[in-house]
Amino acid sequence: MRFATAAPALAVHAAWRIHGAGRLAVTALAGVSLEVWPGELVAVMGPSGSGKSTLLNLAGGLDQPTRGDVRIMGTSTVGRRPAALAQLRRRHLGLVFQELNLVGSLTALENVALPRELDGVPVRTARREAGEALEAVGLGHRADRFPARLSGGEQQRVAIARALVGGRRLVLADEPTGALDTSTGDEVLRLIRERCDTGAAALVVTHNPRHAAWADRVVFLRDGREATRSDYGAEPFGAARPADRAAPADGRGLSAPTAGGTLGAPGVEGPARGSGELPLAGLAAALEAPR
Amino acid sequence: MSIRHGLMALLAEGDGYGNQLRTSFEERTGGTWPLNIGQVYQTLDRLVRDGLVTTVEPGDGDLPPQARTLYGLTPTGRAEVVRWFAEPVSRAPAPRDELSIKLALAMGLPGVDVTAVLDAQRAATMRTLQALTSLRHRHLAADPASARKPWMLVLERLVFDTEAELRWLDHCQATLDPTEAPR
Repeated sequence: MRFATAAPALAVHAAWRIHGAGRLAVTALAGVSLEVWPGELVAVMGPSGSGKSTLLNLAGGLDQPTRGDVRIMGTSTVGRRPAALAQLRRRHLGLVFQELNLVGSLTALENVALPRELDGVPVRTARREAGEALEAVGLGHRADRFPARLSGGEQQRVAIARALVGGRRLVLADEPTGALDTSTGDEVLRLIRERCDTGAAALVVTHNPRHAAWADRVVFLRDGREATRSDYGAEPFGAARPADRAAPADGRGLSAPTAGGTLGAPGVEGPARGSGELPLAGLAAALEAPR
Repeated sequence: MSIRHGLMALLAEGDGYGNQLRTSFEERTGGTWPLNIGQVYQTLDRLVRDGLVTTVEPGDGDLPPQARTLYGLTPTGRAEVVRWFAEPVSRAPAPRDELSIKLALAMGLPGVDVTAVLDAQRAATMRTLQALTSLRHRHLAADPASARKPWMLVLERLVFDTEAELRWLDHCQATLDPTEAPR
């Protein structure tokens, strides 16, 4: 669910990225536009060489578009000096990679606190924030463990906590489920999804459709262009956790999650016979119906 | 499958009334296959005719409402249930799948942009997968115990099927455009 904020957390507008010039020019990205608002999870899919990594580098301010614009929390990266870009990244962005880049000689807590300490935040504050971030990903009880003593899924959760520590609201993830098995991978996406449901924004590059399907919007790239996209639309994932949200004035957000009516997401209509207890009633008909 | 085996499988757990069987079937499968009660009784009648099911005299403790019939499996019926569970299900005839046929016809047909066909399907199938994922997530968030419910397996099957279709669409696209690096 999109949160009502003044600007998207990330806005890529008609972005081109051309490497080299003249006859040797290679077009990595050819006019891609997308927005990620607070509350949204957007997935990017596409074959190798389709421009996924280029897009992620632009979104992270690690590279700049040849033409077009990229804005992180409303601030354009175009024409910015490296030091200013680094500051923009540090303030707003968390990165999660397939290789987790956790520091082996630091505990989970110290790993998460590290970016804040680099921000110049006092150690005590950084550790408190890190503790909160670990709690948010359900790893409060593992704070003093070293990465080697954590499972793959737990390490990935530490990386997500680190990405969102200290008020960072935009997560960029590159194949965050790469080496994980199906259920651990699902768990990572569920965690990112829940962070989004409480106001973060995330852009996730993945080749796995099962994991991309956690997104509000899936953008498919081919040859540096958007080939197609799938917009899931209104009230997709948030309904299960209404307590996390500010309830609308009329209390609509507080309806029971498994009651018939709230299953009525686009494509999956609620039970047809008013038998609200049956969790999948009406599903088959909805999936067979022309979309 | 017909609902014959579904009803017989439930009767293998114990004798039951028609309406009980219907409710139990729908609960297990989450309502993905709604049964009407007439269909249930018609099927039970046929099973009785075929000697797989029999009507049972209620025990002393049971006080069923009038005109209700309690059903139970015969030994033949019980053997049929065992055979049904032991035997693998044969695949639905895949070559008649509309999407496969549509793609096969699209390839090489003048005036048809196969990539556009694939892209339109990809967006629609992904949307289905998003809907299924959202539904699963909402159920799990509302009640973690739903992970072990029988109907969750039915839902998971749909997730896996939809995921497979997306992978197959990628494969078709890669076959169509050999410059596209396989993953």
